[in-house]
Amino acid sequence: MDLALRDLGEYVQSALHETVQSVNIDRDELTVVVQRSALPRALRFLRDDVNCQFKQLMDVCGVDFPGRAERFEVVYNLLSLTHNRRIRVKVRTDERTPVPTVTPLFSSAGWWERETWDLYGILFSEHPDLRRILTDYGFEGHPLRKDFPLTGYVEVRWDDEQKRIVYDPVKLPQDFRNFDFLSPWEGMQAFLPGDEKAKPDGKH
Amino acid sequence: MAETQIKNFTLNFGPQHPSAHGVLRLVLEMDGETIERADPHVGLLHRGTEKLIEYKTYLQAVPYFDRLDYVSPQNQEHAFALAVEKLLGITAPARGQYIRVLYAEIGRVLNHIFTVCAFAMDIGAMTPMLWGFEQREILMEFCERVCGARLHMNYFRPGGVALDMPSGLAEDIWKWTEEFPKCINDLEELLTENRIFKQRSVDVGIIDAEQALDWGFSGPCLRASGVPWDLRKSQPYDAYDRVDFDVPVGKHGDCYDRYLVRMYELRESLKIIQQCLKDMPSGPVRVDDRKIAPPPRAEMKHSMEALIHHFKLYTEGYHVPEGETYTVVEAPKGEFGVYLVADGTNRPYRCKIRPPGFAHLQAMDFLCRGHMLADVVAVLGSLDIVFGEIDR
Repeated sequence: MDLALRDLGEYVQSALHETVQSVNIDRDELTVVVQRSALPRALRFLRDDVNCQFKQLMDVCGVDFPGRAERFEVVYNLLSLTHNRRIRVKVRTDERTPVPTVTPLFSSAGWWERETWDLYGILFSEHPDLRRILTDYGFEGHPLRKDFPLTGYVEVRWDDEQKRIVYDPVKLPQDFRNFDFLSPWEGMQAFLPGDEKAKPDGKH
Repeated sequence: MAETQIKNFTLNFGPQHPSAHGVLRLVLEMDGETIERADPHVGLLHRGTEKLIEYKTYLQAVPYFDRLDYVSPQNQEHAFALAVEKLLGITAPARGQYIRVLYAEIGRVLNHIFTVCAFAMDIGAMTPMLWGFEQREILMEFCERVCGARLHMNYFRPGGVALDMPSGLAEDIWKWTEEFPKCINDLEELLTENRIFKQRSVDVGIIDAEQALDWGFSGPCLRASGVPWDLRKSQPYDAYDRVDFDVPVGKHGDCYDRYLVRMYELRESLKIIQQCLKDMPSGPVRVDDRKIAPPPRAEMKHSMEALIHHFKLYTEGYHVPEGETYTVVEAPKGEFGVYLVADGTNRPYRCKIRPPGFAHLQAMDFLCRGHMLADVVAVLGSLDIVFGEIDR
């Protein structure tokens, strides 16, 4: 494991102590989960602190876990050119609770947050311009949520009589085929049942 | 004389404008000929790639990456392949890595020729486009010979590449690397000291280093602002730590510097291509793990196990252990990242694609403010915008 990364994790935790919910290093990538309300403070610290210097916000995105009480994770990927290091900051939220915007800290957050709002319906408080960005004008719903169907609800076509674009409910000639590969009979497992009985030297 | 009220004028630029590089709709608020505010409307090419990938196996997700930035498809595949490899905990064999670097650099040349020539055409030079596309055609033939597709290669797979290079291809690529510098020289002769070209691009759309970092710039656009940052050098992946090349850095961060950085990068890419061809070891091109890479076709004809492996791989695919990664490559346009969340099944739980152009286009308002309408085209051309990747 990268020692410098572990030190950085401990350093961030000690500096932001109560607002950090967890620090985790997996596959040489540092993930810090912070409290929602403390997000701007945490990012400002990561940006300006001399040992962090995460001057670039490369990416903001949402992830949906419908099973959780706070179903959304908002993931901020930061990059420090000075230290050649990356960090991932996460906050958790649900459909109604807004996440404080970080646009005043990083100009690049503007569109990334708009995109997260568009695709997941995660609200950002005090965002200067929280409009939809990728989906159609007048689109309803948030397509990357796990409960949004892959096929969507409406399809677009040009109506020659009305001389305009019309939206119809989706009609599929064939249902979308979704194969279940997770049943124990068909799924490929990492080990075969009974393997745990075998001794490591190969003797029985 | 009574004072006349001057009202701002709103202009719709695109989405059918030939200089909009595809389907950009740019709403410009103008004060006469000067731009007060630029509001890019993106998403006209949105195809829901990220959603679709969640419903496909890892192998089936690879072709979607070709269709993001269709000017240099292989570089996107590279990011996804590296991300999956990281989660699986495997590395491609040496030859596979060299082939990937070789084709990633061919992708960079493809992209930079296109960008530079399209930029030149946007601001009035027609000939570079015609000359450049001749070279692109040659390069796409190299792509076709290695994987069968000129553009959407689907060639970089998690664990290596799909096929080994056919015999004779390396020699032909080498021959091309010796001829290509002449084409770069011709292009530079037409553009670099051209008075009209310089008048249109020097000191237009300036962004300094601090601002470029703030706006999330990466790649040539960041380097043109004077930040010596290249992921191939600072966070090398595959065989990039074994090749020798320089990173050109600009000074002023204007359209002209962004053009110059790309021109120099073309020559550096040629250096990398030549080194790859020279140093490429022999051996396998993908991991020797039948649970991840398919068996050779010949083996399937007599080995039942190989047949089973092939069937399982192309129906169910492999299961990727739980975890998440943000893996990046230095795509020709900048930092192309894939944030992949795996939940232990055969499909990605979440695959966020971080296109470099998204961040660059976001800065359009910042870059264009106070410029003339004609400069919008120059700024847009120099940022290297492709809507396949921005709209996803």
